[in-house]
Amino acid sequence: MTYFLVKQLCDISLLGRVLPFKVCRRKIPSYNICYRVLRHRLVKSLPVLSSSFRSLSTQPAKDAVDLSKFPVDKIRNFCIIAHIDHGKSTLADRLLEMTGAIAKTEKNKQVLDKLQVERERGITVKAQTASLFYSHDGQEYLLNLIDTPGHVDFSYEVSRSLSACQGVLLIIDANQGIQAQTVANFYLAFEAQLAIIPVINKIDLKNADPERVESQIEKVFDIPREECIRISAKLGTNVEAVLQAVVERIPHPGGSVDDPFKALVFDSNFDHYRGVVANIAVIGGRVKKGDKIVSAHLSKTYEVNELGLLRPEEHATQKLFAGQVGYIIAGMKDVKEAQIGDTLYHHDHPVQALPGFKPAKAMVFAGMYPMDQSEYPALRSAIERLTLNDSSVTVQRDSSLALGAGWRLGFLGLLHMEVFNQRLEQEYNASVIVTSPTVPYKAILSSAKLIKEHGGEEATIVNPAQFPDRSVVLEYLEPMVLGTILAPDAYTGKIMSLCLSRRGVQKSMVYIDEQRVMLKYLFPLNEIVVDFYDLLKSMSSGYASFDYENADYQAADLIKMDILLNGRPVEELTTIVHRERAYSTGKAMCERLKESIPRQMFEIAIQAAIGSKVIARETVKAFRKNVLAKCYGGDITRKMKLLKRQAEGKKKMRRVGNVDVPKDAFISVLKRKEK
Amino acid sequence: TYMFRKASRGFSPGLRRFSDLKVTEHVPESPASPRLTEQASLYVHWPYCLRRCTYCNFNKYIPKENNEDIMAKCLQRETETLLQLSQVSWYVNSFSQGGGTPSLAHPSTIAKILETVSKQVNLSDEVEVTLEVNPTPVGMSKLKDYHHAGVNRFSIGVQSLQAKDLKSLGRDHNSLDALQTLAEARKLCPGGVSVDIMFGRPNQTTELWSRELSEMLRVCDDHVSLYQLTLERGTQLFKQVQSGQVTMPTEEITAEMYQCARTTLQQHGFQQYEVSNFAKNNSESRHNLSYWTGRQYIGVGPGAHGRFVPLGEGGVAREARTQTLEPDVWIREVRQRGHGTRRRIQLGHLELLEEVLVMGMRMTMGISHKHWELFSPELSLLEIFGGSLVVQELLQRGQLILDDRGLRCSWEGLALLDSMLPVLLVELERSFSQKLAAN
Repeated sequence: MTYFLVKQLCDISLLGRVLPFKVCRRKIPSYNICYRVLRHRLVKSLPVLSSSFRSLSTQPAKDAVDLSKFPVDKIRNFCIIAHIDHGKSTLADRLLEMTGAIAKTEKNKQVLDKLQVERERGITVKAQTASLFYSHDGQEYLLNLIDTPGHVDFSYEVSRSLSACQGVLLIIDANQGIQAQTVANFYLAFEAQLAIIPVINKIDLKNADPERVESQIEKVFDIPREECIRISAKLGTNVEAVLQAVVERIPHPGGSVDDPFKALVFDSNFDHYRGVVANIAVIGGRVKKGDKIVSAHLSKTYEVNELGLLRPEEHATQKLFAGQVGYIIAGMKDVKEAQIGDTLYHHDHPVQALPGFKPAKAMVFAGMYPMDQSEYPALRSAIERLTLNDSSVTVQRDSSLALGAGWRLGFLGLLHMEVFNQRLEQEYNASVIVTSPTVPYKAILSSAKLIKEHGGEEATIVNPAQFPDRSVVLEYLEPMVLGTILAPDAYTGKIMSLCLSRRGVQKSMVYIDEQRVMLKYLFPLNEIVVDFYDLLKSMSSGYASFDYENADYQAADLIKMDILLNGRPVEELTTIVHRERAYSTGKAMCERLKESIPRQMFEIAIQAAIGSKVIARETVKAFRKNVLAKCYGGDITRKMKLLKRQAEGKKKMRRVGNVDVPKDAFISVLKRKEK
Repeated sequence: TYMFRKASRGFSPGLRRFSDLKVTEHVPESPASPRLTEQASLYVHWPYCLRRCTYCNFNKYIPKENNEDIMAKCLQRETETLLQLSQVSWYVNSFSQGGGTPSLAHPSTIAKILETVSKQVNLSDEVEVTLEVNPTPVGMSKLKDYHHAGVNRFSIGVQSLQAKDLKSLGRDHNSLDALQTLAEARKLCPGGVSVDIMFGRPNQTTELWSRELSEMLRVCDDHVSLYQLTLERGTQLFKQVQSGQVTMPTEEITAEMYQCARTTLQQHGFQQYEVSNFAKNNSESRHNLSYWTGRQYIGVGPGAHGRFVPLGEGGVAREARTQTLEPDVWIREVRQRGHGTRRRIQLGHLELLEEVLVMGMRMTMGISHKHWELFSPELSLLEIFGGSLVVQELLQRGQLILDDRGLRCSWEGLALLDSMLPVLLVELERSFSQKLAAN
């Protein structure tokens, strides 16, 4: 017990010593730097130790590890992939503890998930990397765990992470079995031709049925059941076997230290004080401090200021060698300079660049507006700071007559959008109006004039105001997705009718065991972006899981629908809908408006119209009597307060024709519904 | 009417009731013009009731013990303090005691307060002294003494003549009591009796209401106040409606009831002069008119509100003043410092104009150009509302009238006043700030 405690303290002080010292050496200590050091997770959780850091940090820095001891065959690069809540982060915590990367304490919960939103939702948004030292059969190995986001919305991030790996641990909950994201993640790994180690987690649970899960794995993924490792990450049961499997079953990276230096940039972060911190996988050769390196993408030369391992905190070393994974700081000022997928090489040894990545494409768009226009600058800077570390969000300025100045943001998917909003709220304390998500449509233009204007016959439409008229269009296209649904078979009927009502086309239906069905449907993306997932969850008592991947565009009968108030169109409520859905969408919008437009001194007709044809109507009746009966001396103060509030509200209303429409009415129609 | 005569000793015959007030040619720019500051009405709040009506959320208390003596002394004391502070020099043009159930107070209490007033200021011989009366046998038995103490106008809270409704509203009188009290009051103050009637009661239909009103008009005097029962949070009735025990008539129905009552009253010779008030033979409530015409008033008693310039301490702007709510605390404060003023808020010029506008538009005669000029010599009604498009829409729909006489609601418009006021307030503020910027 005593021994254990001492060891733990040593581990921490070793790590703690390097980090603060490194920072102090780089810059003269200032308030900001102190802040950074204090924010260091381990220091924060164990503040008692901070005094010992100071005495130690006066010693000269020395590499804690000699990385040259690890040739490629002693290196394994791997990811953990899993459905939400199947225990990916818990396993990562155990692996980090067992290899001494972090101290073993009760507090280690999702060490790699740094963001509040990650911890709350139990998902990983931003990939982290940790290098682990592990002895196996008397040999010392360097295992690089590259943590990945758990959702296919982030498949772009996942594939970036996978590209730096040779193998994956596919975690499956022993109770829940294969879920939609398990399938999606499996295919990403499979397509990347990585070694896949199935790990069945949570075998300690009362309802755990690892046998059933093993046969699911056999059936769905065609992996022999013998290859599955049963563990309990929470209790640490059998986790050692996972480390052994990593060494034994995952191939070591290719390349050699004797090759010219060549590295893949698979992630990058922006640090306000040090500039861009790029995460790299060294494919060949070696790199050291002071080296002159070139980015293949921009052909710009940089000098390496600092490099090292991520354990998971930055741990400076003198060199990095082929097969190793780590970080590099080389005076890049902008994340765009460290293009993800870019190749780095020595300035005097140019190499063939790696294939790189396709840039992520925004598939879900939503308007974002400050609650109050006075909050615009604050929201702008919050969005700027967030997008700095998430280049997959597209930002376009937009403005709405009702909601004022704002932005139209593009996200990879729904979860991506939710996570972004949550981060805005939590990390930047910004209150925002987020409009209901829309998808990018396309139009194949027929008019020569328009083709010339667009510079091509295909126009992408994000804003309904820019929807080209039928007469100048050959056909409209809408984005499609291939959805995977896994659910107990008792819900199949309900789920199928939900899918049908969302214009889904069934592609396959497979029983993965006696009770569970895997359904694949081709959906128009638009049909699933708003409330599909919530409905699916509630109709299956939470048992169904859903995931999707993009599946190109398909021709669709799209029309533009206007909302009219007493005959006047309300520009910001114009919507692009599929003809089949026009009535139900129009009706719902009219109903929501009716609920939120206050009665006025005259009748208000709320109509949904396609061209000149009205397809839905609601009426807000006129007030017949609206005057307070009693108003004497004692009532004036209260009455004035009420009237002044109404007068203030009046000023903020938007006038459409003769109708005063409160901002709330627009919000209730445009806003994404609360769950 | 000994008290009354005594009170009227200092009366100066040159001064008429305020509605005859002549506006001089040199209108002072300050809202604290002498015309407005040298007079006030007085409102005295009696906070006690025997029980709580199911619809009422007003400031009132069920008395724990008989502390009438203390209450009377404190009301006198506060009246004295506030009259002094206001420096009302000419006269108090009306006096009203409301509550609560003021007819629970002993007539001598009222006599004492009136005496206090008459000692300090000149009371016009036409001063209106109103007392709100609950039509109970006890209340009725005291009417004579109240009249003797100086009360010359009774406002009787009949509310309804339906026994069932009176019970469900939690009133402590029946319809026979009401009729008898009314008769007695009319005997004492012919032409000086007002009847409160309530419509929009649970389960009431327009037909029932119409019949009841006709019955009421046969027995009432020259003044009727017509109130729509409003559902207030925290009342017993509110809970009953929430739980579905009781259904209230819809807005459509109450609108119909209101219009029906207005027509019926007109047919019976009653002129509507305010949203809820009707009179014949010039028996409008002068006290209440003083609220709607933006005059000063002094509120005495727990929770009473006032609007006056505290000239006595060098004040120049009108203040919105509120007295302490809880009777026990109020009593302590009055004993300690002569008054229980809890809140004082200075009204800026714009705020004063807003009140004048909001209150003035409740009257069928609306706001005359002259009347507005008294408060706003620099910015006329035409300048404010004449050029506004939104106001134009109201005029075009025939809901509002702006002409040589001034600004007022049409017959139809009056029922929708609360929808128009926010529009008018926005325009007023806009013009006011433009004018301010231009200066």
